[in-house]
Amino acid sequence: METPERRDAPSVTDRYYTRWYKTDVKGKPREDHCILQHSNRICVITLAESHPILQKGRAVKSINYQISAGCSRLNNKVSGKSKRGGQFLTELAPLCRITCTDGVEYTIYSCIRGRLLEVNEDILAQPSILLEKPSTEGYIAVILPKFDESKRVTEGLLSRAEYEDVISKRATQQEPC
Amino acid sequence: MLPLKEKDRPLAHKLLAAGCCARCVLRFCCVGTPSSYCQSYEDTSRELLAFVSDMGPKAQNDSSAEEQAEGPPSKKVKLGSCQSEGQANGEEPDSGVCVACLGVLQGFCSHDFSKKVSEAVKSEDYEFDNMVLFVSLPAQLSVREHACWLYVKKEVREKSLCLNKDDVIQVKEAFKWTLQGMLSQELAVPVVPKSQFEVGVGFVHPETDVDCHFLAGTCSDCFKPTKNKESVFTRMAVVKALEKISDDRFCREYPCPPQRVKTACASLDTTCLHVSVFVAGRYNKFSRSLPQTPWVIDGERRMESSVEELITQPLLAAFKADGFNFSSSGREDVDVRTLGNGRPFAVELLNPHRAKFNKMEVHLLQEEINQSSDKIRVRDVQIVTREAVAHMKEGEEEKTKSYSALIWTQKSIVQNDIEFISDIKELKVAQKTPLRVLHRRPLAVRQRLIHTMSTRYLDPHHFYLHLRTQAGTYIKEFVHGDFGRTKPNLGELMKTEVDILELDVESVDVDWPPAIPE
Repeated sequence: METPERRDAPSVTDRYYTRWYKTDVKGKPREDHCILQHSNRICVITLAESHPILQKGRAVKSINYQISAGCSRLNNKVSGKSKRGGQFLTELAPLCRITCTDGVEYTIYSCIRGRLLEVNEDILAQPSILLEKPSTEGYIAVILPKFDESKRVTEGLLSRAEYEDVISKRATQQEPC
Repeated sequence: MLPLKEKDRPLAHKLLAAGCCARCVLRFCCVGTPSSYCQSYEDTSRELLAFVSDMGPKAQNDSSAEEQAEGPPSKKVKLGSCQSEGQANGEEPDSGVCVACLGVLQGFCSHDFSKKVSEAVKSEDYEFDNMVLFVSLPAQLSVREHACWLYVKKEVREKSLCLNKDDVIQVKEAFKWTLQGMLSQELAVPVVPKSQFEVGVGFVHPETDVDCHFLAGTCSDCFKPTKNKESVFTRMAVVKALEKISDDRFCREYPCPPQRVKTACASLDTTCLHVSVFVAGRYNKFSRSLPQTPWVIDGERRMESSVEELITQPLLAAFKADGFNFSSSGREDVDVRTLGNGRPFAVELLNPHRAKFNKMEVHLLQEEINQSSDKIRVRDVQIVTREAVAHMKEGEEEKTKSYSALIWTQKSIVQNDIEFISDIKELKVAQKTPLRVLHRRPLAVRQRLIHTMSTRYLDPHHFYLHLRTQAGTYIKEFVHGDFGRTKPNLGELMKTEVDILELDVESVDVDWPPAIPE
């Protein structure tokens, strides 16, 4: 079988985005999120590779952007250059709920403060994209932090190195099956 | 000799007594010959006094007994800083400043002032063949003019003469008649109604700025408060209000004739302005580390130089301009080269102190830009009109562009794998605003057409892709997909992850500016 060629040059994400992480979001073990921050301060929320949904053998049954009776992220509409009308999110604002085929439900959170620009509707139609390409086509949402807060928005987040540290610590602490 | 008639005498007498200067009297007597205003002020007033003193029997009957008793009429209507009726009442000594023109047609219609203006113009070192003179007068002059006119209107009606406000010569016109001739001589160029070079003189009179304020009460909708203007009493607004107000109302609110003043107008600094000159051309960009415009973040320059600076610096120096506006038919990223005929651009040079360049001189400027750096090249550099610049912006939205891109593929490919791409014609793509520009552009979906494509195989993970697309297509996003927000994208079409390593603009299909054969 042919092994895929290892890229010798950085990918688009490597070139223009900084990877930040939030682990065990809302205290839930291993529910790790990855925030891709562009140099222009726009952030893309994705599942980190360690998130339970992305582990071997899982499949997604449904994705729901209706996070409460009165609020659906699908109703988010922004207009104009200053993106008026976008729902304002705090760090623990829910973006969507993902239900796996084994019945377990997970909530994905914003992780940063800012204005919601868009949620990914492609994963509604094709949940498999979320599993196959969680860091690109399977993104969850795009958020624009406030201009004044743009530098501080990642203060509560982990760098790639810190994240890898957390992951390796988990591996050593892992209980035997 | 002043072209005054018998019928003008009572009018002149009345205005002089009210405090008008000699030239303003001429204006109200509808003297429309410029030369009448070009005599010195002393000569003008002397001749006028002589005319008025020479009162015939008809005029004598009209003068009140009071006036006659107080001595010879000439004493009554002496001009200059001397006594008047006012002094008898214990008021300030008469400053001699005209109540209608506030001194504009007195002290400022002199060689002294003309010299001051021409010295100022010479010091700014402009090159010009002719000039136009702009004069700015304080708004209250319209109010005072209106008051003087109403004052004499009664007099004129009693004598069943007709005096339309339009027949009265405007202060601005009379002023220009006197000053233009002198300026023309000193600067050795004709003063014409329309020119590329403007000289502006202006006057202010803070003492009487309040004269306009009563109009706000009579005609409030003429005066809308604006944030950017200092005073809401602009000349236009005042003129409009004066058109609306009834004669009776005006006379009740404002003295006719207007009150005397202590000081004359003060002159503002002479301003000079040359209309913008437009220089157009096409540029090539050979560097992958050159932004189109200066790249500065938080006051810090992120990358040295820019296409804009390399093109405009020699132009700014040659045209001795105060500033510039650079625009082009679209633009490319820092890391993208512009090859082929290049991209059309236009530079507006603001207030150029030198504006006449022949074809040879412009060609030399082109060479100077080309010698200054190997990162860019310019061609077809020429002076164009402001209207012609519109062709360029047309190109930005309507014309096609062609590109070549170096593509990396994750899966291993052979020549056959990319053949199908050349068969794709008029491919419709829907592009959501790319994330890399989303911070400064509205979120929207753009439908664009990729007209044709062709490929050149390199190796199992690389090939060159040539495309001709509709204006406004984001090429990089078409290749890598931008998180799937551009559909379809090259990765989807080839069923593998792809990336764009290099991009070049091969042509910008706009046929402007006209090509200049080398």
